[in-house]
Amino acid sequence: MREALTADDRVFLMGEDVGKYGGAFGVSLGLLEEFGPERIRDTPLSEAAFVGAGIGAAIAGLRPIVEVMTVNFSLLALDQVLNNAATLLHMSGGQVSVPIVLRMTTGAGRQLAAQHSHSLEGWYAHIPGIRVLAPATPADARDMLAPALADPDPVVIFEHGSLYNTSSDLSATHHRRADIFSAAVRRQGDDVSLITYGGSLPKALAAADRLAADRVSAEVIDLRSLRPLDDATIMASVRHTNHVVVVDEGWRTGSLAAEISARICEQAFYELDAPVERVCSAEVPIPYARHMEEAALPSTGNIVRAALRTVGRNG
Amino acid sequence: MGEFRMPALGADMEQGTLTEWLVHPGDHVSKGDPVAVIETAKSDIEVECFEDGVVSALLAEPGTVLPVGAPLALITSEAETGAVPPVADERAVSRSGEPTASPEPPVAPDILEPAPPPADTVTSPLVRHLAQDKHVDLATVRGTGRGGRITRHDVERAAAPPVRIRATPMARRLASEAGIDLAAVTGTGDAGAVRGADVRGWAAAHPAPDGRREAADHVPKAATAAPHRATSGPATDGPGARDQRRETMRSAIAALMARSQREIPHYYLSRTVDLARAMAWLNAHNRDCPVSRRLLPACLLLKAAARGAREVPELNGHWADGRFHPADTVRLGVAIAVRGGGLVAPVLVDADEDTLPHLMSRLKDLANRARTGRLKSSETGAPTITVTSIGDRGADAVYGVIHPPQVALVGFGAIQDRPCAVDGLLGIRPTVIATLAGDHRASDGATGARYLAAVERLLQQPEEL
Repeated sequence: MREALTADDRVFLMGEDVGKYGGAFGVSLGLLEEFGPERIRDTPLSEAAFVGAGIGAAIAGLRPIVEVMTVNFSLLALDQVLNNAATLLHMSGGQVSVPIVLRMTTGAGRQLAAQHSHSLEGWYAHIPGIRVLAPATPADARDMLAPALADPDPVVIFEHGSLYNTSSDLSATHHRRADIFSAAVRRQGDDVSLITYGGSLPKALAAADRLAADRVSAEVIDLRSLRPLDDATIMASVRHTNHVVVVDEGWRTGSLAAEISARICEQAFYELDAPVERVCSAEVPIPYARHMEEAALPSTGNIVRAALRTVGRNG
Repeated sequence: MGEFRMPALGADMEQGTLTEWLVHPGDHVSKGDPVAVIETAKSDIEVECFEDGVVSALLAEPGTVLPVGAPLALITSEAETGAVPPVADERAVSRSGEPTASPEPPVAPDILEPAPPPADTVTSPLVRHLAQDKHVDLATVRGTGRGGRITRHDVERAAAPPVRIRATPMARRLASEAGIDLAAVTGTGDAGAVRGADVRGWAAAHPAPDGRREAADHVPKAATAAPHRATSGPATDGPGARDQRRETMRSAIAALMARSQREIPHYYLSRTVDLARAMAWLNAHNRDCPVSRRLLPACLLLKAAARGAREVPELNGHWADGRFHPADTVRLGVAIAVRGGGLVAPVLVDADEDTLPHLMSRLKDLANRARTGRLKSSETGAPTITVTSIGDRGADAVYGVIHPPQVALVGFGAIQDRPCAVDGLLGIRPTVIATLAGDHRASDGATGARYLAAVERLLQQPEEL
């Protein structure tokens, strides 16, 4: 964000506690001191109001980065996103584009209980007119921002809460702009494709390690862009491995995993050598108790078992 | 009394093979009933009869090849047999939809007796026989044919309802590409489902002699051996069996031709052959022949090429183990282009000793079957010299690639009227450019020239070929 704020003075950050507090998760620590209160703006606790204000600023020519503390609270601003940001270009006959970037934390796994543990990426990915990104690596989290700001249409970036404390040395990739439309093959394999995104990527990679010990070679696909989905990469992987496990922290019914599974059946049916497996969250409000929360969420063990089932090993 | 004759099932059909009778003597047939299966060069066709009546005699045995127009069966009209004309009855039935008994069989009552057609459907004699054989009550069968007619397929399905084989989509695709019957493969998947690995395992354990299955072997090997992304390419993009076969043929040709160019030092000779006498003789011969027995110029060229090979045995044989092995007989390979690409080179055994008319019919037969992929194994083995005749596609001359381990390939271009010197004057004569690609390890240019000279001399005496 620092790079974006430096590179373009139309860019500003707005959200609850992004200034003095440095962001609920410390994402914007130090930015207020560096860029001043004009461009690092603390807002009142009203998601509908400040997301709406961001949309207005975007229409007026600025490049707002609006931080909604978590996806759980973004529901209050969903009307602004769905009925304004996503539709204005269409309803104005192409005259008004909304170049806003909405960042929000998503996901469970930190004992925050049912109201603070949603994974609603699939809801946003359902909406035509916006682009939905889910960086799963520090490099993507940084490199996706510039192209997201450059996109003339609304972009929603989901940052999984469990990934904030991952780090990597980015000097090697300095000044690299990531694309915001393709999926990435994070690990190559021959026997089964683990298709996932965001906070589930580390679990899938860990599962791939454990599968390798069982002599099952797993390929791990990081979707990166949840809307639009990169069908080509998904299908190429399915054609190669013929077995698929989709890992999605959202609830199973009507999930992104369901959409991906349907697309695979539509586009690569004759490549399938087993039913598509889905590893999703249990269809319950996410529990507070640690052991119950862990049981409700996709786990490395679940992914390994699903992968073994699909390649026809014990299960 | 009417004769049921071999029909012309296409403008270019000259003969057909009777493969199966769908009626028996004594059967009542109605106009439009299928009565026989005829195999043409292109496919098997069920042939319908053109009149109502009773089959009084079958004149041809299944398996016989008959020219168009040859009588196949005798059909006696109802009036002649004195039976009640059933046609009107049947029509009335189908219009009113009321049940009625089948017309009284005029002869051989034991055959027809237990198969009354059901209430409101029209069935062919074949279907009634089939139903009787398989103990299927036609009244319970739902017809899927035209106008609800019960077809042979309907009866077969009623007799043996298809067993749904549990198999994954991928297993089905692999099996169909490789021509494997899924029922033969033991499934190791969930509840005995056949999986991709099962099909591959079965294919590996049952290598096919006809090369068709190479396709199946090929797919998994490529999929596991090739570098990562490359395998999402054409090999696994679900080509149909036909494409797969074509691909297999293509890669076989590629391997053979590349080997030929790698190993064989080719030399090339050509000779323009005056065909005036040959064409004149051919025209005279054909004038007195029915269309089916007419000779094509290709027949003369092949015969001359075969006789030439007998006269110059240094070109007729195989190169193996570092030396030339002459062959005792001339097994003439004939390169035939296959529809949709590719070519095969089936063999005319002893072509040098065959008569022209017989050679012609063998050639036609061979070409037809080569194109439909139904060659006999005896026709695909080891030619001793091969002829490619690309003339009908309009090229002047063809300089071919030798088919290893043979040591020579004879080429004929288009037969065309060309200006040429005749008796000191410029004349227009039909000519063909004959070429020879020779293996310089086995023979030298002088031998090749001797061969082309022999071919030219033979073509000047067509009556002796």
